[in-house]
Amino acid sequence: MNTLRRLIRDRSALLGLIIIAALVLAAVFAYPLATFPHDVTNYDPPRRLLPPDSVYWFGTDRMGGDIYSRLLFGARLTILIAVVATSVSVLIGVPVGLVAGYYTNRVSDLLMRISDIFLAVPQIVLAIAIAQTLGPAIQNVILALSITYWPFWARLVYAETRSVKNEVFIEAAIALGASPLRVMVLHVLPSIASSVIVRTTIGMGGTILVAAALGFLGLGPPPPTPEWGRMIAESREFLPQAWWYATAPGVAILLVVMGFNLLGDGLRDVLDPRLRRDVSAR
Amino acid sequence: MVARRMVWMPPTLFGLVLLVFAISHIVPSDPARVMAGENAPPEQVEALRHQYGLDLPLPRQFVRYVGDVATGNMGTSLFTQRPVAEDLWARLPATFELALGAITLAVAIGVPLGVVAALSRNSLLDHVVRIVTISGLAMAAFWLAILLQLLFSMWLGLTPVQGRSDGWGPDPITGFYTIDAMLRGDWETLGESLRHLALPVATLALPAMATIVRFTRAGVLNVMSSNFVFYQAAMGIPRRRVVWKYILRSALIGTLTQIGLIFGTLIANAVVVEAVFDWPGLGSFAVHSILQSDYNAIMGFTLFVGTVFIVVNLTVDIAQAVLDPRGQ
Repeated sequence: MNTLRRLIRDRSALLGLIIIAALVLAAVFAYPLATFPHDVTNYDPPRRLLPPDSVYWFGTDRMGGDIYSRLLFGARLTILIAVVATSVSVLIGVPVGLVAGYYTNRVSDLLMRISDIFLAVPQIVLAIAIAQTLGPAIQNVILALSITYWPFWARLVYAETRSVKNEVFIEAAIALGASPLRVMVLHVLPSIASSVIVRTTIGMGGTILVAAALGFLGLGPPPPTPEWGRMIAESREFLPQAWWYATAPGVAILLVVMGFNLLGDGLRDVLDPRLRRDVSAR
Repeated sequence: MVARRMVWMPPTLFGLVLLVFAISHIVPSDPARVMAGENAPPEQVEALRHQYGLDLPLPRQFVRYVGDVATGNMGTSLFTQRPVAEDLWARLPATFELALGAITLAVAIGVPLGVVAALSRNSLLDHVVRIVTISGLAMAAFWLAILLQLLFSMWLGLTPVQGRSDGWGPDPITGFYTIDAMLRGDWETLGESLRHLALPVATLALPAMATIVRFTRAGVLNVMSSNFVFYQAAMGIPRRRVVWKYILRSALIGTLTQIGLIFGTLIANAVVVEAVFDWPGLGSFAVHSILQSDYNAIMGFTLFVGTVFIVVNLTVDIAQAVLDPRGQ
């Protein structure tokens, strides 16, 4: 509870929390909140490309869909992709990092070399290649992101485990006869959890950016799915007249990623005193 | 440590080729059919398949590919029909010109901004800088690119919408349009290349600048609260001298270590940004080849970028070890 109170006292972390809460609310209540909830699948060509007004708050798109309503349903997709892809990455990366960091042998060397291979090219390139091979679908986007992102957690957990491994409390646990699995899960993991939580929060923002880039390149879920990156890509044909078309999804991506970054920074200050953002001046 | 990393470089690259080979061959798409065209007779497709070795079993295709790469042959692009190495080489200067421009701009603005923000901590300027950096890191690069196009190219008409030049560019010497134009004394072409460069460079520079500002600011604050700076202040050394001589030097080492990270983000963003600006560089090459299942081109690109990545990170590690021996 103390953590939460300190987090709320940090103004930018609070802002991050509010943005993420708004995203979740938008996704959960997309249907009642939407002014034209059927515009996700139904189109109305006569009212295409209308500028924002009191009826169509963020304007309409090339098929006459209400951009505000589509944006709300897009929030569901964004959360789904970010949460599932990040969770899978964490579930692969953390065990790999723990094992590689705890043991000092060929297996741990091999595991880290494998993660190095994944880190040797920009994530987006691997993700594009995987998404293209598997075809445009939401589960393939998630798979592509998970396969490309787990090494980040493996690297982090590896380094943290290495630095914790020689602490007295770990030696004590081993001396008392605890099995390696027990030491890793009950002693190492809790002491490195805070940095994993911070990295995961910031990682959500990164995942959303790459997912949007995949959508932008046409590798995301196929139309009429209201994917934010795809909405921006669609707008390009209609510039400069339809200036509002890309504005709403672009701002949405900006705010959501910013929300996760702000919350991550705030969590780091609260959970991990070694990595404080601002070292207090004397 | 560095020697150990060097030893691991070939296996890492080998693993990278294996990974990309596996990814691009999971689904048996048929590049030979695409190449031959919709209505080509089956014999012609078969001949093409044989010509490019696509009829061999996968392990043999892989062995053949690795053997070729080891002798410097990256194969032929299935679509441009030119050697992949040649295509990559021809497109390298375009991406390099972008990346160098972006890094230069990001450092030139980011470092002073970070220092000033740290020295006047919690001032209005500090808060403004903070908002700019936070947005810079959260903005989708392709959206920023479109916004800049809309504002500067379409509404204000100051810059071209797309491409690297209006015509063919200056006769190549180095392949960098700006440098070639200067070498030939062709100032009109120089201006034209700079106008084309402006928007993509700005798009790539913003996130890089944001990262630099963050690390410079944190680095300066960290050094400012250290004992040796406290001591120097107590000795009555003028603040300006402390800042210029001691604080900046120590703080910038921290920023330098981030160059690897910044470079990575830059290349990743270049892939998408080049697609938006139709910039004839490595990024748009990668996107085109992936979308067309051009195996050889994809693997060539990955191998090339992977090598550059590993070398850049190695160089940064060495530079850091030289500048800051404490890390060893």
